[in-house]
This record gives sequence, structure tokens and C-alpha cells, in this order.
Amino acid sequence: MKMIAMLRRVWPTSLFLLLLIPAFAWAGSIAGQRFGAADEIVLTFGAAPEQTTATNPQNYSVHEEADPDIRLAVSAASLGSDGRSVTLKFAAPLNTLKPHVVAVTGQGGESIRVAKSYLGYLFGILVSALLINNFVFTKYLGLCVFFGTSKRKDTAKGMGFTFLIVMVVSAIMSWFFYQFILKPFQLNFLQIVVFIGLVSLTVQAVDTVLRKVNPVLFNSFGVYLVLVIANCVILAVPLILANNEYNFFETVMLAVGAGGGFMLALYLMASVRERLELANVPRSFRGVPIAFIVAGQFALAFLGFSGLSIF
Amino acid sequence: MATDKSSMQLITNGILNENPIFRLVLSMCPAVGISTTVMNGFMLGIAVLFVQVFSSLTIAIFKNVIHPRIRIPTYTLTIATWVTVIDMVLAAYLPEAYAKMGIFIKLIVAFAIITMRLEMFASKETVSASFFDGIGMGLGFMAGMMAIGFVRELLGLGSLLGYDLLGFKPMLFFVLPLAGFFCVGLMMGFFNYIETRYKSAKRAQA
Repeated sequence: MKMIAMLRRVWPTSLFLLLLIPAFAWAGSIAGQRFGAADEIVLTFGAAPEQTTATNPQNYSVHEEADPDIRLAVSAASLGSDGRSVTLKFAAPLNTLKPHVVAVTGQGGESIRVAKSYLGYLFGILVSALLINNFVFTKYLGLCVFFGTSKRKDTAKGMGFTFLIVMVVSAIMSWFFYQFILKPFQLNFLQIVVFIGLVSLTVQAVDTVLRKVNPVLFNSFGVYLVLVIANCVILAVPLILANNEYNFFETVMLAVGAGGGFMLALYLMASVRERLELANVPRSFRGVPIAFIVAGQFALAFLGFSGLSIF
Repeated sequence: MATDKSSMQLITNGILNENPIFRLVLSMCPAVGISTTVMNGFMLGIAVLFVQVFSSLTIAIFKNVIHPRIRIPTYTLTIATWVTVIDMVLAAYLPEAYAKMGIFIKLIVAFAIITMRLEMFASKETVSASFFDGIGMGLGFMAGMMAIGFVRELLGLGSLLGYDLLGFKPMLFFVLPLAGFFCVGLMMGFFNYIETRYKSAKRAQA
């Protein structure tokens, strides 16, 4: 039963994946659409439209697909030099992550959907969790474990890898519990208890499985497993995906991005701290204090990713 | 096994000798993330104090019933329960402060300091000793958060507790979230410096 329910939830998404990218050429006279700058939508007409109707902002009505009631104000419409493309300017920047619907009233009530490709959107979540909103350097989560295990590169790799596995497994389980148990039975107030319980369970399960299946790997990674529970990131990801109502694919992407971002941060930090061991640091700053200042510099560097937008 | 320390010693131990933020270097996420003002530190400090005291009490009462093999999950679930309580109370009665804390109230579950105190102290000591240890640790956390908030608010905004003191903003940089790293690092270095000076002065006396 659960499988069927899950399939039912997932199939529109997979269908969407098949439809992919901008090939929604079903609309009659509008041949193409895309987002321009942050506050622009560019429409391309099949035949050259009449100038006065095409450049009248009153002739367009735009809304986000999820909220048809909220009309977005078109401040200006201008015709491109080829005579066929119209650029709609908006008063406020658009949320380009969400699909928008543009209705052209002058063309017999025709409407068209403007959206980024779904794969690009998924990839965007991954890159955002990995770099732009890196959980360690821009959200300041998981710092205890971050400073505790970033002394050597080997340790950092082990911890990062263990963390990535636990992260993905527990995020998928949390998504499942949230969508099919917490939400239908209105148990949202139990979020924290359920999510942290699932994390502990995952850690215990990975511990048991790894001990039997691959004792060598267990010997090198086993010690980090307990530390995973004390990491805020592991709980932040389920809370975020519950808050944003992510679907299955988005959840996996967020989990991989968060785990990968943590691994990246640990490895970068460990590389610097290995060199710091040899450096002549003032005595009162040796150890943790200088590590904090280095982390601050990394955070400054990661601030540079903030304007990054892909797709 | 009962500790021979008095209740007052247990409390000052948490605030000074084993300060969760500056000495044990645990629960750093909030110390960096939301310590921009004294008030933020105070609010989160209250939440942590509540959770720490009640979790310590719960574990100290039930310590003989908990099977050692499953003690860590038990601790986690106990903390999660108390965090849910404080989360809902704050959301209902102090919605503005709650909005400022964001996700950090819920993340108290994963603060290493609370689990560590349960494991190291409450699971071995008497109920009353655990109670005072919980108060000490909670106050220590609050004091650490407020100290960081004090420095950042004074240097960044030129104000304290929202009251404009200096009339200008000396170093706006310190209000930036990422300045938390620099601020904590510099303060730790400063405290270490004082400690080494204090010790060498003591040695010179002896």
C-alpha cells in the first residue's frame, strides 16, 4: 500500500522529468519562453506581433503557478530588435525557481508556462547545499564535530564519508515518515522526536551492518558513527525538507549536497590545520582559537559563492 | 557514587572551570550562528538551561532502569522531548524571539553539551547533584553566549540590549554572521592569554 501511495506521489515528477526542458511548444503563437534577468521573462512569438498590443503591459497577466490569485505586476513590455521577442519587466524580482504562468490577453486568452528545467532545479538544490548555502560555512551548523575531527586529513575523509552515508539514509527515512505518517495523522509536533529517533536508528543500523559486512571499514570509520548523532546538520536537513515540503528527488539532492558540503568543509579545514601544526602561531591562539579564525576566513571565501546561480 | 562537591561548587564549575563554550568547546553552532546580540544569547541560554536541567533530572531519576546498551538513544529521546516542550512554549508565548532563533531552538537536541553531561554526570550522580550540575552548565552556556553577544553587539552596533550606547557603529563587520568565527576565535585566544599570565604569576609567587 505504501509503495503504491509513494508511486502515486512520485509519478507526476517522473513524467515531468520525461517532458523536460523547454520543449513546451504546444502553445499556438508563442514559440518560446525563458527567464531573462532576475525580473524579466522573455517571450518569443511565432509570427511578429503587432507593436502596440505587444508592448502594452496591460495585455499580459502573470502569476506563479502555485498562487493563481496573486497577479505579478508587469511594469513594462518591450519588443526586441528581431520584432518577435517581447521582454516583460516586473516591478519586483521573480522567484525563478518556481514555475510561472503568462497569459496573453491580446492573443485570444492564450497562456504559457514558464519554468526552468526540472533537472536544472534539482541540480540547483545540490549546488546550493554544497557551496552557496554550505551548512558549515554559511549556516554555521555542525561546528562541534567540524572542529573536533578536522585535525588530520584521514580523519576528515573518514568522518565526511560516514556522515554522507548516514545523512542520505536518514534523510530518505525522515522524508518517508514525514510524508506518510506525520502529515496524514497530524503529528507535526512530534517532528523533533521522530527525526532524531530516526537518526539514532540509522546510526545504529549502519554500525551493525558495517561491523558484519566490512570489518576493515568499520575499524576505520566506526569511531565517527557516535559523533554523527551530535551533529546539528543531521537534524537540520530533515527539518528543512519538512518545512519546504520537498519531494523525494529534492530530498535526496539536499541530503547529498549537505553531506558533500560537510565533507568538503572538513577536508579543506583539515588541509589547512595540518599546515598550521608547523606554523609559528602565538601560544594563546594554538589549537582551537586559530582554527576558528581560519574557519572565519573560509566563511568569507564561501560568501563569494552567494551570487552564484546556475540554470 | 556521589560527588563530594557542594551545590555551589557544581554551579560555578559549570560557569567557570568547565564552561561549555570556552573550555569544553562544545555547542559552537549557536555561539557562532546567532550570538549577534546579548538578548539572543540570553534567550537561547534560557532554552538550553531549561532543557539541560530537566533532561539531567529525568536521566538521574531513571538511571537505574535504563539499559546501558541503549543509553545513548534514550538520552537523545529524553532531550528531544524537552526540546519539543520548550519549542512549543516559546512559539506560543514569545513568537518574535522564536522567529529570531529560527531553527536553532529545534537543534538544541543535537547540542553535544547536553548529551555529554547526561553521559558523564547525570547517569552516575544523585538527583540533586545532577540538578545543580544542569543549572551550572546551562548558566555557563548562557554566560558564554551573552559574552560573545556583548562583544559583537558593542563592536558591531554600538549598543547593548538594544540601547544605543556609543552613538556610532565602531566595526559593523562584527554583526555579519560569519564574524562569529573571528569573534569566538579572538575571545578564546584572549582567555587563554589571561590564563597563562595568571598561572605564571602564581608560579612566580610560589
